[in-house]
Amino acid sequence: MNHIAFADQPQESMHHPQGFFSKYVWSLDHKVIAIQYGVTAIMVGVLALVLSGLMRLQLGFPDTFSFINPNTYLQFMTMHGMIMVVYLLTALLLGGFGNYLIPLMVGTRDMVFPYLNMLSYWTYLLSVIVLMASFFVPGGATGAGWTLYPPHTLLPGTPGHELGIIMMLVSLGIFIVAFTMGGLNYVTTILQARTKGMSLMRMPLTLWGIFTASLMGLLAFPALLVAAIMMMLDKLAGTSFFMPALMSMGEAIDHSGGSPLLYQHLFWFFGHPEVYIVALPAFGMVSDVLATHARKNIFGYRMMVWAIVIIGGLSFVVWAHHMYVSGMNLSFGFFFATTTLIIAIPTAIKVYNWVLTLWRGNLHMTVPMLFAIGFIFTFTHGGLSGLFLGNVAIDVPLADTYFVVAHFHMVMGVSTVMVLFAAIYHWYPLISGRMFNTALGKWHFWVTFVGTYTTFLPMHYLGFLGLPRRYFSMGEAAYVPESAHSLNAGISISAIIVMLAQLLFIANVIWSLKKGPRAGHNPWGATSLEWQTPDVPPKHGNWGEKVPEVHRWAYDYSVPGVKADFIPQNMPSEAVEMEDDSPQGERS
Amino acid sequence: MSLIAKLTEKSWEPAHTGVMHAGPGQPQTSKKIALGIFMVIISVLFTLFFLTFITHSQYPGFQALAAEPWSPFYNTGRLWMNTALLVGASVAIHAALISARRGAQGPTLIALVITLFFSAQFVIAQIWLWRHLTGMGYGFTTNPANSYFYLLSAIHALHLLGGVAVLVRATWLNWQGTALARSAQSIKLCASYWHYLLALWLVLFALMTASPETYNTIAALCGLEVDL
Repeated sequence: MNHIAFADQPQESMHHPQGFFSKYVWSLDHKVIAIQYGVTAIMVGVLALVLSGLMRLQLGFPDTFSFINPNTYLQFMTMHGMIMVVYLLTALLLGGFGNYLIPLMVGTRDMVFPYLNMLSYWTYLLSVIVLMASFFVPGGATGAGWTLYPPHTLLPGTPGHELGIIMMLVSLGIFIVAFTMGGLNYVTTILQARTKGMSLMRMPLTLWGIFTASLMGLLAFPALLVAAIMMMLDKLAGTSFFMPALMSMGEAIDHSGGSPLLYQHLFWFFGHPEVYIVALPAFGMVSDVLATHARKNIFGYRMMVWAIVIIGGLSFVVWAHHMYVSGMNLSFGFFFATTTLIIAIPTAIKVYNWVLTLWRGNLHMTVPMLFAIGFIFTFTHGGLSGLFLGNVAIDVPLADTYFVVAHFHMVMGVSTVMVLFAAIYHWYPLISGRMFNTALGKWHFWVTFVGTYTTFLPMHYLGFLGLPRRYFSMGEAAYVPESAHSLNAGISISAIIVMLAQLLFIANVIWSLKKGPRAGHNPWGATSLEWQTPDVPPKHGNWGEKVPEVHRWAYDYSVPGVKADFIPQNMPSEAVEMEDDSPQGERS
Repeated sequence: MSLIAKLTEKSWEPAHTGVMHAGPGQPQTSKKIALGIFMVIISVLFTLFFLTFITHSQYPGFQALAAEPWSPFYNTGRLWMNTALLVGASVAIHAALISARRGAQGPTLIALVITLFFSAQFVIAQIWLWRHLTGMGYGFTTNPANSYFYLLSAIHALHLLGGVAVLVRATWLNWQGTALARSAQSIKLCASYWHYLLALWLVLFALMTASPETYNTIAALCGLEVDL
């Protein structure tokens, strides 16, 4: 039997792990691996959050904290960015939610390559360990900024230019290997292991988001790998792929003929799709949360699917909008501005469809729903400032100012985190079998939602003033008015309040694991397959004796004439209970 | 059902009750898909390397490896010899596949061992070639063109060694007398990978031995020419 993929095995033939280690540590079960990914990513994300708090302390109250100096500030900034984008968001959305939800939503017992899946997590953990170790090597972690642009990344004057950068590049390389193993699994499982009746267009949008993002990751991460390998060789072997001839500290360096611009192209060929690798799973998950809690089918399902795929494709031809100030040819600027603005079309379709899903819906203002609606606000906000920056003429004066910081935090930081919270609260009852505390959850939402606005909205104004990002201290510059300093202090206070509010979330998750009321079966009345498992939380093998069969799409909510306000995907038409006065089959 | 038909399906219509998706595919198909995607990833990786190589070829100081009669790859004899080894490996693994499909265990095993032998020989010959280049003064860091040759051939060899690890397992299973049908499935995947790596090597070969004029033409076609 060992040559039959795990996904296809009947329940009775599956090997159920017995010992603690095989069950919870070296587990092949996608749910355990998902939780391992999730917990590791959240832990490393909390560290990145603390780093941002330290940066805000320095910016809001300069010359107050002696343990933050220009070098440590740059290290905090670099590690905050890299951890948040790669090690938290990518890992949690795809490694965490992807792992948990794919087999359950497609109706199979596990990933098609469970062993590779386990290997993917342990490789990811290794990349995190190497990254964390870089804090402790001589010279500390790299402080080159998360983009790691050469030549300054490798030159004296940048913190961590010796060992820190090597550790960072090694860690990224390991992460990419881990992601490739995971991504191959996610894509193949969705293509191959869908249960009977689960056609592509019956899949919940969560799966479409994860599927497209995984494919994009598999195609985009090689660019980062290429850049990392070549930079590593510049650093260790003395090649000149990226390092030009230049004087450093009064001496000519040993390199000549390299092109720093080439690195920027490679980095952003990965970097821009990465935005959507993070955003698309979030788009998918928020669609499902909105539809479930509005008790309404998602508006324009087919358009939503196409928008995900089109956004995924377009995101590979916009990368150089991150490089408008690098001295590129004007016609290139025109091309990339045009492609960038075209992305706004499918994105806007999605936003309209989310709003139209809410329109006249039976809105249940649960905690996941609050976060999902919060996302529509923050994403629209961040998306609109993106329209400014997509235009070359507006981007040039705003480049490297706090306007950019405000934009990308709203669009891919806050928005994605809003969806992550919506998703965690939404699927928590399934994963843990318990309900969380609603009051704590609502406090968590309101402080986070209002707090992120009071943090990032004023940054747009600082950007208009011309305040540069990545500076340790603004100093006494004529263009920086006193009010900007006060604003900075205000931003810092609000950021720290938001940071502390996350303790409510952590406390809620931990407390509810033991003390939360039992969730029971399908507490939200959702249609998709993951809620239809015989056990909550689902046991090893997910489906008991028989895998489910799918009879409909994932959005049969409030169907006219039907007694219940939802019809699970695995319910055959003849089993649907109709209202007494409604003849069967009139539900269209 | 075609992809277009799949993507234009109106899955929300209540009349739409027919089961269109038959259920999970075969494990062997999953492996084939995964290998296909993996080869696409490797292709992306090498395409990006090639593009950066072409960009570098436009900078002053870049010395193409086949530019002048005294350049190391002006005479491509050694490279052809290495290529012949990889072709040998590819032919041998194909022979193994045919034998496995016919159910002939002995010839399959012999062909697999020959594949492993040729593959190992190829890697050794590549190392020998590097030593030869270094001996001629074309070191890793002396010119970007050299750096690219060492780097790309090393990454190609690493991918081959990864394949060798899988093939050793397949050979072991064959030796142990595992059902030939199963072993043929593994050999089929390995054969696709070997042919792919041969094709990749041929592209790499062509790129490294091309003339500066060819680089300029490719650069112009890709919009990568640099005005300095």
